[in-house]
Amino acid sequence: MTIFKQEIRSQKKTVLIWSLSIGLLIGLCVLMFPEMESQMGDVNAIFSKMGSFTQAFGMDKLNFGTLIGFYGVEAGNMLGLGGAFFAAIIAVSSLMKEERDHTAEFLFTHPVPRIRVITEKLLSVFSNILIMNAIVLILSILSILLIGESIFWKELLLIHFAYLLMQLEIAGICFGVSAFLTHGGIGVGIGIAGLMYFLNIVANITEKAKPLKYISAFSYTETSDIIRSGDLAVRYLVPGLIFMVIGIVLSYAKYTRKDLR
Amino acid sequence: MEKELAIETRALTKFYGKSLGIRDLDLSVEKGDFFGFIGPNGAGKSTTIRTLLGLIRKTRGEAKVLGYDIVDDKEEILKRTGYLPSEIWFYHDMKVKDALKYSADLRKTDCKERASELCKRLDLDPNRKVEDLSLGNRKKVGIICAVQHHPELLILDEPTSGLDPLMQKEFFSILKEENRRGATIFFSSHILSEVQAYCKSAAFIKEGKILLSDKVGELGQTGARKVTILGDVPKERFSDLPGVTFTESERDEGISFLYKGDIKLLLSILSKEEIRDLTITEPSLEEIFMHYYES
Repeated sequence: MTIFKQEIRSQKKTVLIWSLSIGLLIGLCVLMFPEMESQMGDVNAIFSKMGSFTQAFGMDKLNFGTLIGFYGVEAGNMLGLGGAFFAAIIAVSSLMKEERDHTAEFLFTHPVPRIRVITEKLLSVFSNILIMNAIVLILSILSILLIGESIFWKELLLIHFAYLLMQLEIAGICFGVSAFLTHGGIGVGIGIAGLMYFLNIVANITEKAKPLKYISAFSYTETSDIIRSGDLAVRYLVPGLIFMVIGIVLSYAKYTRKDLR
Repeated sequence: MEKELAIETRALTKFYGKSLGIRDLDLSVEKGDFFGFIGPNGAGKSTTIRTLLGLIRKTRGEAKVLGYDIVDDKEEILKRTGYLPSEIWFYHDMKVKDALKYSADLRKTDCKERASELCKRLDLDPNRKVEDLSLGNRKKVGIICAVQHHPELLILDEPTSGLDPLMQKEFFSILKEENRRGATIFFSSHILSEVQAYCKSAAFIKEGKILLSDKVGELGQTGARKVTILGDVPKERFSDLPGVTFTESERDEGISFLYKGDIKLLLSILSKEEIRDLTITEPSLEEIFMHYYES
């Protein structure tokens, strides 16, 4: 696991910065909740009148007056988008950076099969995502405890689990893309994550665009649906996991045969 | 008895899309040899090396390194080989000692003592960050990575670029020690003086094809002679003479060329000219190089 360790070591600052940024932002929002709680009746009223915008972000189904509803929207924005960008960036850089940083000639002239390099790099990407999500979850729990609210364990864990799966899906796809690139992949990664996010928003606004839910990794992270049903939307999750597997298979297929610069 | 080969290629070809890297390359390097691989920029030296090490896939042909097939037994080859690329880069966050340890760990060996000894010889501080190092110092780290595990074969791509003369000397002394130990040294270069000084054998490569491969001493035995004429002799007198290759720009007081033809014919032309001095010598490796690459 030499490459795995090196990857984890080299990414530790990035992981820490992203984890603390997302975790502290969520924590900050939670800490603001007691003050905002009394005004949430008005906020609900305002949001309910915002038409498709309300639907787009699932705010028509959540009650801002409760911590769980408030958390669902806030965490949805911060952990959803932030986590997706984080997963996309570290996954799309993972294989590509060896050629971009000219280290491929060093690494691949050591007696390590390319399959092992790919596997250890993939494991490091998934591990970093797990570490980031664990830190964010701990900070979220701490912030809820700090404001003296009881923790809605089932919903909280389900929401975070959904975001974890979404990040793993995006990471799997971006990892596959990474195998084809030699430089400049970060824009592609952010593009993929952003596209998925907006596809879900479009699918929320209009019924005609509902099939897009099967493409977007954000469709099974709708906190309003998770809180109401107490479950993940398996019909959206399964295609998502299939996309992830396709991305990973593509990475092996391409990178084991690639001419390295 | 035939000597065992460290590198053997048969019609090895590599295309990058439609553009050619190397074409039908036949190369044999004996085990224990100190081999210079000579060619100008873009001749195919790095492509050959990168194909042998599995960084790029051959288009066709066969190649074996240390008896192992470059496609099927890549890891066996890499286990027994040390490689120094022409431009070496390491991971930004590493210190020199981290890079050396990472290389040893990837080989599942412990080379701590050897690495420390080589750092001292090459005057390299193991505690410096690799990203702060000059090209020459980065190259030193690369050299140590390549030799610290005592490989059977050392492949070096233009190894001395960026090294000062003192370090070049130390570097070649390390290579000679490795060679005496039994390692085969294969290095690409366009600095002919170092090939002539250190190599037992060499090959010329041009436009992806091997032009000539032999013992360094034999490479001069091309049948060509270097002719230097002092006096008022126009170059045009010899331009139609078969076997003439001009190797350097016209001198103030005469001309110089390589001649591989009938010596009587040359002398009959010379006898009619106003010459003050004439020398006919064996050409140097550099002149042979120019002969091949300019013709």
